[in-house]
Amino acid sequence: SPAGSAAAAAAAAGLHLHACPAARSPGRSGPSAAGGAPGAPPAAATLPRPSRGGSTGGSGPRHPPQLRLPLPPPGGATARLVRAGAGPVPGIGGPRPGRAGWDETHFGKMGSYYINRTFFFDVHPPLGKMLIGLAGYLSGYDGTFPFQKPGDRYEQHNYMGMRGFCAFLGSCLVPLVYLTVLELSKSLPAALLTAFILIFDTGCITLSQYILLDPILMFFVMGAVLSMVKCNSCADRPFSASWWFWMSLTGVNLAGAMGVKFVGLFVVLLVGLNTMHDLWDLLGNLSLSLVMFGKHLLARVLCLILLPLALYTAMFAVHFTVLNKSGPGDGFFSSAFQSQLIGNNLHNMSVPEHLAYGSMVTMKNLRMAGGYLHSHWHLYPEGIGARQQQVTAYLHKDLNNLWIVKKHHSDTDLSDPSIPVEFVRHGDIIRLEHKETSRNLHSHQHEAPLTRKHFQVTAYGINGTGDSNDFWRIEVVGRKAEKLIRVLRSQVRLIHVATGCILGSSGKILPKWGWEQLEVTCTPYLKETPNSLWNFEDHINPKLPNISLDVLKPSFAEILLESHMVMIQGNTALKPKDNEVTSKPWHWPINYQGLRFSGVNETDYRVYLLGNPVIWWLNLVTIGLYLLITVSTAVALKRGVQLTSEHKELSRVVLRGGGQIMLGWLLHYLPFFMMGRVLYFHHYFPAMLFSSMLTGITWDTLLKFLAGFWSPSTTAKKVYGAGFLALVLLIIYSFYLFHPLSYGIVGPMASDPSSPMAGLRWMDSWEF
Amino acid sequence: MLGFLKEPVILTVEINMNVMVLTLMGLISRLWRLSYPRAVVFDEVYYGQFVSLYMKRIFFVDDSGPPFGHMLLALGGYLGGFDGNFLWNRIGAEYSMNVPVWSLRLLPALAGALCVPLAYQILVELQFSHCAALGAALLILLENSLITQSRFMLLESILIFFILLAVLAYLKFYNLQKHSSFSGSWWFWLLLTGVACSCAVGVKYMGLFTYILLLTIAGLHFWHVIGDQNLSNVSLMCHFLARTLALIVIPVAMYVSFFYVHLTLLYRSGPHDQIMTSAFQASLEGGLARITQGQPLEVAYGSQITLRNVLGKPMQCWLHSHTNTYPIRYENGRGSSHQQQVTCYPFKDVNNWWIVKDPGMQQLVVSNPPRPVRHGHIVQLVHGITTRYLNTHDVAAPLSPHSQEVSCYIDYNISMPAQNLWRVEIVNRESDTDVWKTILSEVRFVHVNTSAVLKLSGASLPEWGYRQLEVVGEKLSKGYHQSMVWNVEEHRYGKSLEQKEREVELHSPTQMDISKNLSFMAKFTELQWKILTLKNEETEHKYSSSALDWITMDTNIAYWLHPTSSAQIHLLGNVVTWTSANVAALVYVCLSLWYLVRRRRKIYDIPEDAWQLWVSAGGICVGGWAVNYLPFFGMEKTLFLYHYLPALTFQILLIPIVLQHISDHLCRSVLLKSMFTALIVAWFSSVYFVYSTFSPVTYGEPSLSVTELKDLRWKDSWNILIRKQ
Repeated sequence: SPAGSAAAAAAAAGLHLHACPAARSPGRSGPSAAGGAPGAPPAAATLPRPSRGGSTGGSGPRHPPQLRLPLPPPGGATARLVRAGAGPVPGIGGPRPGRAGWDETHFGKMGSYYINRTFFFDVHPPLGKMLIGLAGYLSGYDGTFPFQKPGDRYEQHNYMGMRGFCAFLGSCLVPLVYLTVLELSKSLPAALLTAFILIFDTGCITLSQYILLDPILMFFVMGAVLSMVKCNSCADRPFSASWWFWMSLTGVNLAGAMGVKFVGLFVVLLVGLNTMHDLWDLLGNLSLSLVMFGKHLLARVLCLILLPLALYTAMFAVHFTVLNKSGPGDGFFSSAFQSQLIGNNLHNMSVPEHLAYGSMVTMKNLRMAGGYLHSHWHLYPEGIGARQQQVTAYLHKDLNNLWIVKKHHSDTDLSDPSIPVEFVRHGDIIRLEHKETSRNLHSHQHEAPLTRKHFQVTAYGINGTGDSNDFWRIEVVGRKAEKLIRVLRSQVRLIHVATGCILGSSGKILPKWGWEQLEVTCTPYLKETPNSLWNFEDHINPKLPNISLDVLKPSFAEILLESHMVMIQGNTALKPKDNEVTSKPWHWPINYQGLRFSGVNETDYRVYLLGNPVIWWLNLVTIGLYLLITVSTAVALKRGVQLTSEHKELSRVVLRGGGQIMLGWLLHYLPFFMMGRVLYFHHYFPAMLFSSMLTGITWDTLLKFLAGFWSPSTTAKKVYGAGFLALVLLIIYSFYLFHPLSYGIVGPMASDPSSPMAGLRWMDSWEF
Repeated sequence: MLGFLKEPVILTVEINMNVMVLTLMGLISRLWRLSYPRAVVFDEVYYGQFVSLYMKRIFFVDDSGPPFGHMLLALGGYLGGFDGNFLWNRIGAEYSMNVPVWSLRLLPALAGALCVPLAYQILVELQFSHCAALGAALLILLENSLITQSRFMLLESILIFFILLAVLAYLKFYNLQKHSSFSGSWWFWLLLTGVACSCAVGVKYMGLFTYILLLTIAGLHFWHVIGDQNLSNVSLMCHFLARTLALIVIPVAMYVSFFYVHLTLLYRSGPHDQIMTSAFQASLEGGLARITQGQPLEVAYGSQITLRNVLGKPMQCWLHSHTNTYPIRYENGRGSSHQQQVTCYPFKDVNNWWIVKDPGMQQLVVSNPPRPVRHGHIVQLVHGITTRYLNTHDVAAPLSPHSQEVSCYIDYNISMPAQNLWRVEIVNRESDTDVWKTILSEVRFVHVNTSAVLKLSGASLPEWGYRQLEVVGEKLSKGYHQSMVWNVEEHRYGKSLEQKEREVELHSPTQMDISKNLSFMAKFTELQWKILTLKNEETEHKYSSSALDWITMDTNIAYWLHPTSSAQIHLLGNVVTWTSANVAALVYVCLSLWYLVRRRRKIYDIPEDAWQLWVSAGGICVGGWAVNYLPFFGMEKTLFLYHYLPALTFQILLIPIVLQHISDHLCRSVLLKSMFTALIVAWFSSVYFVYSTFSPVTYGEPSLSVTELKDLRWKDSWNILIRKQ
């Protein structure tokens, strides 16, 4: 099997090795585990299901390890799943200054890819990793550290630039939120309180210390919020220099946030809603002429839509320009795209130009992010169509993607040099034999496993002998009969002779028994979609001369669209497995469970990502408090209660400023409840920033309101000051208690009474 | 007093003949030849089995929704004297004589028929003309898909009925609000809103969408009430409390009461028992209760027990061991300890018995008095038949290499000591000294040496493990997960000192007498939780569709086909109505945006009261359409065309609203108005024409010829069944 995938397997096996560090045990041979299949094939149950629905299941034979390659390369979707499976991956030592910790193995490695200009695939847009790569490049990191597993020593590699960059952006969050709150509330104490919360939150500190995307993402999110708020304050002098500056800065930050992770979309939504509200206000202002309104509208379209889009596209342009060498991400993309990458077998390739009988080929589905036609030594489980060998679409290059083109009725060995070469022509009836298993591509009138309206496609027969259901008519799109079929350039369709259906890939992901590869079906609906079109990619025929081919270069727009389709597919593939404990969104605000960055055992140096519980619970209480205050203020205003000018100002801050922040929190938190993908604790941190700002604003307002009850203004000030001081001291003291979480603990676990952290394990679910 | 002696008693009855006639027409269209076809039609095969189970009082769990709808269907069966003896196994099967088809289908058909006058009333309450209201009712009447869906034992028509009833009741209440708050009829309609909402939610969870919509509208209206400065704070509070009571407290209480009736009716054990916990199963007559009756409650040292995994997924199973050992080397080359296999086995078996042993003592019998095991105690678990100890060690498990292997210890003398001490942790304990109880306690077993937790991994072993489920020691136990929790199901105090006697004892059934009853609330929460979390395999059905197909009706569902002729029934809507409804929604949205922007610039195109009507009618109809349709885009379950029907009903109500608005406000001249009226008449006759064209596949008769059927296939994506000659 190709080296890239083997490395993936080894890397994943490495993770497992460390998850169960018991190589000493007799009977269990350590080294063989590395070569063996990581996460051995879970055989589907054949036991009768007791509930309704009858029996499903059945199991295929075990995958031979050398052919079983359902794992994408490191950094790919499944590698992240593995991370989910092993939990926060425990390293041997943990990120003592000189070791890689947790997700650094992904993002640090991707930084290296940029430095080495190797093409890779990731589910996130490229900006974050590009910046990491840039930071590494500038600080003299040469991109040679393999980032194989957490806990690896950095040795002589210069990693501090990358970590320093992330830490710097993480520290910038404090001034950003400080300025935002100051702008919204016009109150220095409120801004200070928020800043203190962020400075002393263990979670934010831990998350900023490593090579991760989160500090970069949060920096852009907060940057966008700050510039939006600043821009709102400039509303009284539209089209001034500062107005333009803040508005375009908002656009730049939006592009940045979107370019790091797709969750940047939430802040885009926040800014979008704010802008709509703004425009609505302007529209209601009758002193403003419609021409003026049009100018306002155009300015916003320019700064908040066109500018970010241009920047976002530019990011991808840089991404594809920098990464010009073949790497682990090739197979996710179309043949045309791959031919652009130096080192890819399609780059400046020379192959026999026309398809001939006896050729060995791979077929790539033309839908975006479609895979290669693939089969392996596994049967469809019982109850899912006929119990024959699976045929799937697989995104990685693999020996099991190889098929041999044969004549449908004769089985003469075409490799015999004495037989003259015969080309395949449009309209011919052919048989495709799977090279590894010598079975024929076959279809019949059984339901396909997922798309029930289509027919099942299997591999059938022994040593190339099957039946008439193995015959396919090959047709080239837009061609007349008798024409030859060109490798790579011809878009072909395979029509099943017996049933008249067309071979296609639905793009749906098969369950575990199908190794989470893509479904291949035979569709009886004769619609012209890329799903049912294929091209021949590899073509091996020793009897034909190789001819150099320049494949049609894809346009940049096509590449951009294609990479987004691939990313979306990668994201939807990140589904939690059965019986797996995953982090749930409702866990997050209550700080229910942290993430182990490294270290499990007592002797390890352990870092645990957990918010400072005092701060987080304060935030949680504040959200409730804020809702209470808002509702009572709004009702009081609606009932026409006369407020003093001070109280009016307070209510304005709570309703307008607090409202914006509350909306930000909701937008960054609620959508996670609807996501089907694997979630992690650190997804909450952008929402946590909003929550902290809300805490600052709310408590400041509340203290001012309560202090108002003391009559002389000096006493009132003292009360207010005392309250403020108490909050700050509480935050600092709690940081003193919990600081070891971020700066590392060595020694007994907290569940052990002798540990210095013993009294601090306030929830059973914390594992430090 | 005695006034009636002086004056004659005069009873004036006002009957709206419109409503009467509409009801009558609705009844005719829905009830006509209701028991034809006398065969199982589409999802009747699904709901029918629950009706049978109700008749036989057998417990079941249906994850598709709460039980109220099923109960209503069962009520029809009960009134018709159905005994429940029918095998619901395939669509198209002929009903036997004991099945009262007519009465089973009566309730859905009545609900469907009553939707017609309800539509009329809703438009009247929205203060549109009687002509528009009549139009809305007729459109509902002539909608083929609604007719098909109401004529069989299905839940959608009941759901739509309750949804419309809730909307009507709220509108009535709102219109009374202005002048007669807290009057008798005010209370009646307010309460009816809540009741209808809870009934809708009780039939299908989809009702929740309309319930939320009505709550939002009520909230907005109440916000205006708050702004009313003439109202004192006290009466404002009364208003608030009345609404909370009627719209939140009563619906919740009614919803719970549906489950109460459900659980009271179904007291016998049945096919879905295994999904529930042991405690729940023990509360059902027959089944587990027969076995567990009279078991000793407290687990003591020397107790013989079977341990069931609480998760119940992928199937229920019990901790098991047998004499076979783990293979020395697995297929992938990794090695094992070669000790005795420990698995989780989905069937009752003598090898599921374990004995709780005190590590400090040798005996395997219960002392007198029994010494109960408490939370935190350390025990050994001895496999009853092989007398080997449950053990785990630092060896990778066969299928989950990041977890520890669990085995029954065999001493091979290779310096690999037994590690067979387990700490009992009761998860649902009330205090730290709780006793381990049969069935009730959910227990985790924490390994003393490695602090691994005994867990069901969910994978099933290969041939050498007889495809039983893998059990592992999970080292990185992240919080609570049901796969790590076990409970004692069968239990008795061991008495036999010798192994031979013990084997005999293990083979004998447990029997004693006491019973454990769960409270209703405990049963309710468990059942509710199971309904919400139970996941069926998500597979595509031949007639399933995506939400996007519905709006243009690119799909249909074949409900039934006559076994010999080509008479058939399809869920297929009235194309003209569907298209007009889409157009109406589009026109409504565009016009509203236009008005809204113009009003913002202080240009008022229509009078203020007409604008208010326009907004409130849109809030109900467009809002109702949106909340009942858009959520399906985010759903991962298998979707069918009939899921769109509630949304469609709201959309249809919008057509006459938009038409009247156009004729009142946009047709300025008389000529234009009369032309518009003529257009409406023409359009309406086309609605009737389509209805009558498709009525053969709506009612399933008469049987059409092949060419006629081919002519009906107006869209290529429709699947009309044509027999091969």
